Parts: sequence; structure tokens; C-alpha cells
Amino acid sequence: CSSTTTNPLIKKIDRVLIANRGEIAIRVMKTARKMGIESVAVFSDADRGALFVRKADKAFHIGPAQASQSYLNVDKVIETALKAGAQGIHPGYGFLSENAGFADRCAEAGLVFIGPPSKAIRDMGTKSLAKQIMQDANVPVVEGFHGKDQSDANLKKHAKKIGYPVMLKAVYGGGGKGMRIAWKEEDFDEAVASARNEAKKSFGNDDMLVEKFVERPRHVEVQVFGDHHNNHVYLWERDCSVQRRHQKIIEEAPAPNISMETRVRLGESAVRAAAAVGYVGAGTVEFIMDPRGDFYFMEMNTRLQVEHPVSEAITGTDLVEWQLRVAQGEEIPLKQKDIPLKGHAFECRVYAEDTRKGAFMPTAGKLDYVEFPTDARVDTGVVTGDEVSVHYDPMIAKVIVWGKDRVEASAKLDRALKNTRIAGLPTNIDFVRTVLQHPEFIKGNVYTDFIPDFQKDLFHEREASFEQIVESVIGQHLAERPISKPSGPFQALNDFRLNANLRRSYKVEDKEVQLEIVDKDSFILNIDGKPVEAKVYNLTQDGHKTTFTVEADGRRWLAETVQTEQSILVYGAGEAQHQRQPSALLTGAGSGASLGDAVAPMPGIIEKVLVNAGDKVTQGQALVVMVAMKMEYIIRASKDAIVESISCAPGKNVAKNTVLVHFKEQQ
Amino acid sequence: SFPNCVRNHHCNAAVAASQLWAPLNSEIDVASDAFVQNKSSMEEIVSDLRNKIAKISIGGDEKARSLHRKRNKLMARERIETLIDPGTAFLELSQLAGYEMYGDDVPAAGIVTGIGSVAGKTCMIVANDATVKGGTYYPMTVKKHLRAQDIARENRLPCIYLVDSGGANLPRQADIFADSQHFGRIFYNQATMSSDGIPQLAVVMGSCTAGGAYAIIVRKTGTVFLGGPPLVKAATGEEISAEALGGADLHCSESGVTDYYAHDDQHALALARAAAAGLPSQTPAFEQEFEEPLFPAEEIYGIVGSNLKKTFEVREVIARIVDGSRFDEFKPRYGETLVTGWARLYGRQVGILANNGVLFSESAVKGAHFIELCAQRGIPLLFLQNITGFMVGRDAEAGGIAKHGAKLVTAVACARVPKITVLIGGSYGAGNYGMFLFMWPNARVSVMGGEQAANVLATVQKDKRAKEGKTWTPEEDAALRRPVEAKYDKEGHPYFASARLWDDGVIDPKDTRKVVGLALQACLNKPIEKTTFGVFRMNYNAEVYALGHRLGA
Repeated sequence: CSSTTTNPLIKKIDRVLIANRGEIAIRVMKTARKMGIESVAVFSDADRGALFVRKADKAFHIGPAQASQSYLNVDKVIETALKAGAQGIHPGYGFLSENAGFADRCAEAGLVFIGPPSKAIRDMGTKSLAKQIMQDANVPVVEGFHGKDQSDANLKKHAKKIGYPVMLKAVYGGGGKGMRIAWKEEDFDEAVASARNEAKKSFGNDDMLVEKFVERPRHVEVQVFGDHHNNHVYLWERDCSVQRRHQKIIEEAPAPNISMETRVRLGESAVRAAAAVGYVGAGTVEFIMDPRGDFYFMEMNTRLQVEHPVSEAITGTDLVEWQLRVAQGEEIPLKQKDIPLKGHAFECRVYAEDTRKGAFMPTAGKLDYVEFPTDARVDTGVVTGDEVSVHYDPMIAKVIVWGKDRVEASAKLDRALKNTRIAGLPTNIDFVRTVLQHPEFIKGNVYTDFIPDFQKDLFHEREASFEQIVESVIGQHLAERPISKPSGPFQALNDFRLNANLRRSYKVEDKEVQLEIVDKDSFILNIDGKPVEAKVYNLTQDGHKTTFTVEADGRRWLAETVQTEQSILVYGAGEAQHQRQPSALLTGAGSGASLGDAVAPMPGIIEKVLVNAGDKVTQGQALVVMVAMKMEYIIRASKDAIVESISCAPGKNVAKNTVLVHFKEQQ
Repeated sequence: SFPNCVRNHHCNAAVAASQLWAPLNSEIDVASDAFVQNKSSMEEIVSDLRNKIAKISIGGDEKARSLHRKRNKLMARERIETLIDPGTAFLELSQLAGYEMYGDDVPAAGIVTGIGSVAGKTCMIVANDATVKGGTYYPMTVKKHLRAQDIARENRLPCIYLVDSGGANLPRQADIFADSQHFGRIFYNQATMSSDGIPQLAVVMGSCTAGGAYAIIVRKTGTVFLGGPPLVKAATGEEISAEALGGADLHCSESGVTDYYAHDDQHALALARAAAAGLPSQTPAFEQEFEEPLFPAEEIYGIVGSNLKKTFEVREVIARIVDGSRFDEFKPRYGETLVTGWARLYGRQVGILANNGVLFSESAVKGAHFIELCAQRGIPLLFLQNITGFMVGRDAEAGGIAKHGAKLVTAVACARVPKITVLIGGSYGAGNYGMFLFMWPNARVSVMGGEQAANVLATVQKDKRAKEGKTWTPEEDAALRRPVEAKYDKEGHPYFASARLWDDGVIDPKDTRKVVGLALQACLNKPIEKTTFGVFRMNYNAEVYALGHRLGA
């Protein structure tokens, strides 16, 4: 019997509206197409030309760029689905995917919501209720005391019941303040006193809650599936421990270093959890797991997750197909005993972000160049020239690989990432590759604090290798040559100078390297005062891409450069992006901007303007506050100057390099 | 399509057609003593040339250069590097201009000239070097500037002047100012070229004291005025700064003398590139596909050497210059001391005339015949000159060598096709013409060789003594010869010639293919005109005699 409140609306779907954007919209379309289902995309102003819109059978405009007025606009989405003649709505992840009200509205409109019943969404969305349901279903939860009796003695009694170590947390706390760990009973009194003291000072209240402290926790989650016939299965677990800013970047399935017995226990607990809420469709039960393999329920995500492809890879399934079938009233295609566990899979989320020094600053802007590996599954919604918009998630792609075992899969991921070429914006690719090489990661010793704990190793500034220097310098040089076919000797005789060799200087990271051009394929590099001869062979040019073999110091290897408007990318022994020198026409004041004017460092929205025309400002003074990628940026004066004019206003969208504050010319 | 086409996927008609011409064979022995010796002697003079050019390319002295940089100005050569298209060639001209001519050092005569590609247009670039005597004009500076303009006019190349000059070098004003081939000619050329539709673009990057076609000016460093502040003060008593008198602000906003306002050198050069981008496009005259020579250019060193008395097979040189080493030789068995034939350079057909010994009547007639053919078909000519002059003696005179020589001279002079000459050995006596003239560092130019000149003088003296009944001792002979030979040697040296702009530059023999290719591209910017030859001196009897001479020879 079903535990849903209303009878599920079950009908054949031959047209589905995808209430989402980017890679997941395309992912759903792929399966829909395979099943003969038409897909309908919806798009905001910002996505008018996006790949997912182009790939859809039909597409409808639903509003401005802000998600709240487009992808989150319930009325508009439902109205569009009806207008388009869709029978069902696939919400993807994020946006409306875990919105119980939306699920209800779909049902009212006679549309199939491709997700769980709204009650399951509601139950799982309420933390305390979810915990209670899990406890009742015999799913392990992190035990804790959240009660009114705040006496030290009572807290201590509960601590003993929960079992040490325990965590003491201020009820009104945050930011790590008013938090203490009591490792054993003897520590408790001191811990509670100091936590209360800090909480009182910080929040004016010293109420505490006591929870089981999970040491070095791992984030392990189980993919579950339910149907309208009360079948529930699990598709093994995923480990998503490697996180930064509480967001996953590397996910794998199955979780490493877990016994089969634990694995089955995890799966069965998850299925019990799903069954307990009458779950239908794809869902994920998240657990935290300690080094001993004990795990505790955290929450249930009532949607298809970003990282579902790793589960698909090890089970050979198509979870979107399962979703669509189940939504139409079919049974889950496989019985539990028939769900295989084959090999190992990894997913890397490629983000537009600046990982330097561990800041993981999200960025937005134009992707000058995008190229993906052909030997990996890549789920993406962007192509060269697309924007990573300030309005949405800065994820560019998911790179998914499968191998016979973890070692093979990891090597494949590394190679796939090496061949994932993105320019125009910084990405986390290099960083993820560093993680993949880390000995603890190789051992499978992953846990949620992995990145902060190994900060030193992971953000260690690596010096460019000999090969990297050589290929970077030569690559930058070759990229400057005319792209079109030579129209005569002046174009064909690259860099020929009479009775002299042309010398040029190139930067590799902070190192200045001089390149002497002996002939079009023969060079002398001056690296740290030492001359190094280098020769280039098999040079071929195809549009903006140049491929060549380089030989220097007895070593010979293949390298490639890609030219974009903004930069020159070099791939070979390493990978590097070199900014092109901007044209003096743009930097010079002929364009109206004089040197030192305050410009927008990235696209964003102006929050506040702090100066007025005529103001005298000093170097470093804050001029404008802008918001980009949900982060605040303060634009400061680069020099002492007088403000001539302000060319921005609060609320205005600005593009990268827009002049915000123009300074008076100084004599 | 063609069975032996080496680049089948790019195979085009031009490459296919040229493959009907057989490649030349090379019979040199790179291990032979002669080759090794020649190679090392040529290497020595080439490295001397490169060292001299390296020194010249630095520009003025340390003090002048650091002052120049302090003013936020780029060096003349850096300006050119910034101006031309990245990754393309630059053909600098007359690098040795003024070399050892003036008591003080005037590297490159204080002006850098050359041909380069700017926004895809082949342009003549003339850049003053303000670090050399303030960029003032010495006589050779004027000559070099005018030479660049002549080449530009002849080939319809747009001119870009990077102006940074204090004007005439006052102590030498008498030698540079008034004559028809002096300073004023620069402006005459600008005006008349402009009227001929050859774009003239000036970038004022420093002082620019008089005349010219101004367009772009750099704020703070560029100034244009008829008379500078000292002259103004002397004339009217007005005290004024150079910037206020003729700076960018004044000329861009008030006087309208300049058209574009630049913030610095980089910006000015970017504006110049933008301006060049708007010039009419030039028709490409070259094939995109071509074959490289079969033999390495470096081997020319070992073939030629530096001793002009040693002869060499000029076909070995041709094989190291032309596409695929393919040469379609014309009249190979007649007048063998002049090798004539067709080949391709970067896909473009050229007619080659290369000396392979003393010129006889037959060689001269053959040369004239060949030139006529090329002129009729509009094929550019490449001369690889190594002449000890025309043959002398009764037989030669009776055969009409003077007349036949004149025929060749007439043919060369009248042919309205691009003519590029490379002096690869001696050039004694008649005949250095053409658009471009380059010299190898082993070459010598004079009326006759030093040894011959000494011989002539010694013979005259000896005869005089003999008439007077006196003896002519070997010591006296040596004493007479030494200074003559030394003088001829010095004055026949390529550096001496190049310093005086008798040529367009001394080049490394191994770069011959490249330099000729570049010069050819510059020449071909202008459509080839129809040739009308002057009157050839021809006479049937003389032809018969010449045949007799040939049979007897």
C-alpha cells in the first residue's frame, strides 16, 4: 500500500517540461529523446542563447535573469507546461526540485511532478521530524539532547547516554563560537563551562545542546529509488567527502575503504528510510560516517542529485530513465538483487572559481575557450563563448569516469581533467588534479575536512618545471604568429631579422624568460641566465589551435596552444594560461578611460557608490561596492586622485572592465 | 594529380607546374679541405658582420639611451617591433649607413629604415633614433631617408614615419640642406608620393621641427613647430615651453595639425596600426604553397668562401636559394659564363642571371635575350653578380664586346620588371642596377680589382722607366702596389660601400633566399609595367665574328 496522501497521477508522458537549466536540463533531454519523449525547455533572459535551449525540442521564455522571477516562478512554470502541452515536469536539482508546494501545484494542474510525493518532501524537509521518522524506522541518527532542562547535571547525564565524545553547541550559536568537544566524561565540566562562557559573551544566552560528536566524519550517501508499487531499492553508496565551502567537488562510487557488510547495512538503512516516508522516485539518503564505519542519518535529498552519474556508472543504469518510467506508473526496472556493483566511478565538478590560496572564490564571465575530453562522460551546458552568469551556479561541467577499480578510475579522471580545457575564467581543475595525487586521497582516506587538513600540500605553490617553462614560452611565441595562410615571405618568414636574431621576453608565472628566435623552428631560451636550445617539429596550425613537438635538453614532447581573445593557453607537460597583452588602443585614454580609473573586476551588480564627482580620494579608499556571485567586492582607488565622474549607479549590471569611476587627469 | 607532387592535399597548379623543372644536382664534398676552409673563412666574416650589426643596433650611447627611457619613450627598434605584425619578418635596409664615415659614431646614420608588414600591409618604415645625436640628420641620414622613400615610391609602399628628430645636424647643414637631393627632398617626396596615392603616415614621438605629413602625436613627448622655443625667444621674445608651443594638446585640439592624440608610444603605435588597417588592401603576389630548397643554405659558406680569386659553381648557390632547388636553365650550352634560367621563390617565378666567370660577348647577348623574354612575360629578375668585368683583349673587342656589353646594359636598364641584385663575389666594372642591391660580406665593389689596378699602375710605371732606360726594382714595384691594393681593398669592401649607401645592405649568404623573397614581395606591391627597350646596338657582321671567336676559343 502507498503512504502518499493522494493517488499518484499516472499517465503516459510524451512531452516533458524541464524546469531547470544548464547541464541537468541537457542530461534529462538526452534520456527523454532516447525514450521518444519530447523535451520542452524554459529559459530566462540570461539563457536565451544557451546550449540547453538550443538542444530542446521546444523552448519557452519564462522571465528575467533573476531565478526568483524565472526558474523559481511556480505560476509561470506551470502555465508554460500547460501551454506547451507537457504531461510532466522534471525539476532537475535545485530550483523547484524540493519545493513541496510546487509538487502540489503540479498535481492540481494535472501535471506529473517527476519527483517524490509532496508529503515526502515536506517530511524530509523538516529536520526534527525527519530525525524522528528515521529513529522510528531504526535508522541510526546522531543522538542529541535539545531539551529545556539546561542544568549542567542534566546535560552531563545526556552526554553519558549519547556516548562520548560529545559536542556542546550554543543553541543560538554560529561560526564555531560557543562550541566545545568533550572527549570523555572527565572533560565535560570544563568544556560546558567554557562553552557557556563564550556563548554568553557572544550571544547573550548560554543554552546548550549536546550531540554525538562524529570524529573525522565522511560524507557517505546512498542512492535510493522507490516506485508507486511500494518497491524500494538502493543503488549503492557514494562518497562525497572532498568538499570546499560545504560544496562537493569530487564524488565517487562506491565509497572507498568500506566493508561489504557496512555497505549492505548502509543500503538497507537507506531503503528503510525511503520506505518510511513512502518515497517514490530518485532520492538520496545522506549519512555521516566515522572512521570505524559507524554511520548516522543526516538528511534525505528528495531529488536527483548532481552526482548521480557515478551511481549510474557502477550500476549500468540510467536514473533519469528510471525517474520517467516510475513517474508514469511503471515498476522500478530492477530488483535489488539484480542491481550490480561494477568497478569504480569518479565525478569531478568543474567550477569557475579561483582556487588560489584556498580561497575558492567563485567567478563569472565569458568562457573564451571550452574543450572537453572525448574519453570521459562530460555533462555540461556550455560551449566556447558562453557566459558563466552571476545569476546561477558557477558549475561549468561534470567530468565522470569509470574504471575497473579505484586506481584505474582515478588515473582516468586525471587524464580526463588534463584534457578539459577551459579559458577565460579560472577553474578548479588544477586543484582537483592535485587532490587526486595526494597520498591520503590515493589511500582512500577521504573525509570532510580533507581540504583544510591538507591545505599545505594542496596549495603549495609549485614551481613550473623545465618542460613547462619551455613549452609555455615557445607556445606563447608561436601563438603570436599570423593565423592565416602566409600571403608572402613577410608573413611566411616568421620573425626574420636581417643579420640579427629577434629576442622577445615572455612570462611564465613570475619568471621572465628571454627567447631568441634563431629560425622559425629553432630557438634559444634564456632560463635563469642559462641558454637552452629548443627546436620545434611537426608544427601544425588549425584555426586558433597550434600543435607542435618540442625538443630541448634531450627531451622531446608534444604540446598544444589555443588562442583566445584574452589569452593564450598552453597544454603539454603542464597547462598554463597566459594573458594576452591588451591592445594599447583599449588601455590608452583614446577610449576615454585613463590609467588608474576604477573598473569592474568581474561582471556584477553595483550595490553602493561611496564617492561623488569632485571628491578627493586617497589610494586604497573604497569607491564602489559591487556584488558578484553572491559575494561583495569593494572597488578601491588605485592612486590618489580627484573623481571626475561616476559612470555607474546602484542596482546597475556592469560588465567586466567597465569603468566605474573616472579620475581627473593629473599633470 | 601529379604523380610526384610532394604535398598532395595542398597540391596546386603553381607547385605542380614548377615540378616539371628538374632539381639541380649538388656535387659538393662537405668533407673536402676546400669546403672546410671556405666554410671557416666565410663564418669568420659573417660573424664579424653580425657583431658589427649587433653593436649598431644598440643605438646611441648609454647616457642618451637612459635619458630616452626616462622620458617613457621606446627605442627606435622597439617602436618598429611594436608597429609591425607579430610573427612577421622585417627587412631592415642600409644597416651600415654612415659606418666609420664621421669622426664620431653615428650608428645606422641615426635612422632605422626597413620594410615590414603592418596590419597585413607591406609598408616602408622610417624611424629616427633620437639616441643618436638627438636624431639629427647627417648627410648619410638624409641619403638613407631618401633611399627608403625612393624604394617606397618605386614599389608604391605606404610610408610610416616614426618621427623623433632634432632636424638638421647644424654643423653639417651645408651638406644636407640646400641641394636637390638634400633635406627638402624628404618633404617633396612625401607630397608627391601622397599625390600619387601612396599613403604617408607620420607618428610624432619626439621633436619634429619642420615639414611633413603629421597624423599621430604622443602627449608630452611629441612636439611639432616651425621654430623651437629658443628660436621663438630670439625672434619675438616670447618665452614658452615646447609642449605649450607645439604639443599634442595644441595640435590635436587647436591647430588641427595632428589628427590622433596618443598617450604614449605604445598607444601611438597602436593607432598607427589601426590607421594601416584602413589602407587599401594589397594584392598577394605569392603562392601559399612552395617547396624549400633541397640543400641547406649554410653550405653556401663552404662553396663560396671568402677568397674572390677562387671560382665556384654558381648553380650550387642557385640550388640553395630557389624553391625545390628546381631550375629551368635557358641556353645552358651558349655563353656558359652567364647562367640564365627560371626558378621560383616562395612560389613566385623569377628569372635568374648568375655570373659563372668573365663575361664574353655571347654571355652578354644571351643575357640580353633572356631579359627580353622575362620583360615580355613580366617575370622579375634576380641577378647573382660575380663579375670581374667584361673580357678585354683584341678578340673581345673585335667581337664587339663593347657593343654586346651595351646590349646587356640596355636590356637590364630598360626592363620594367622588378630587379634584385645580390653581389655574391666581385663586382668590378660596369653594372649595378635594379631596385634592390644586397651584398655578401665577401663581395667587393670597384672599377676593377685592387690587384688589377696595381698591375695597371705598375705596368705604366715600368714602361715609363723602360723608356727612360731605368730599371724598375721589385722593391719599387711592391712599394707602389701596397697602398693601391690597400686603398682598393678598403674602398671595395662591402662595409665601405654600404656605409655610403651604394647598396641596400650587407647580408649573410645563408639568408639570401629570405632577403630576396622579402625584397620581391616589396617590389611586387606594384603591378609590373610593360617594357619598351631602348635601341640595341646590333650588327650582322659582328654576330658572325662573335661566332668565329667562339669557335676559335
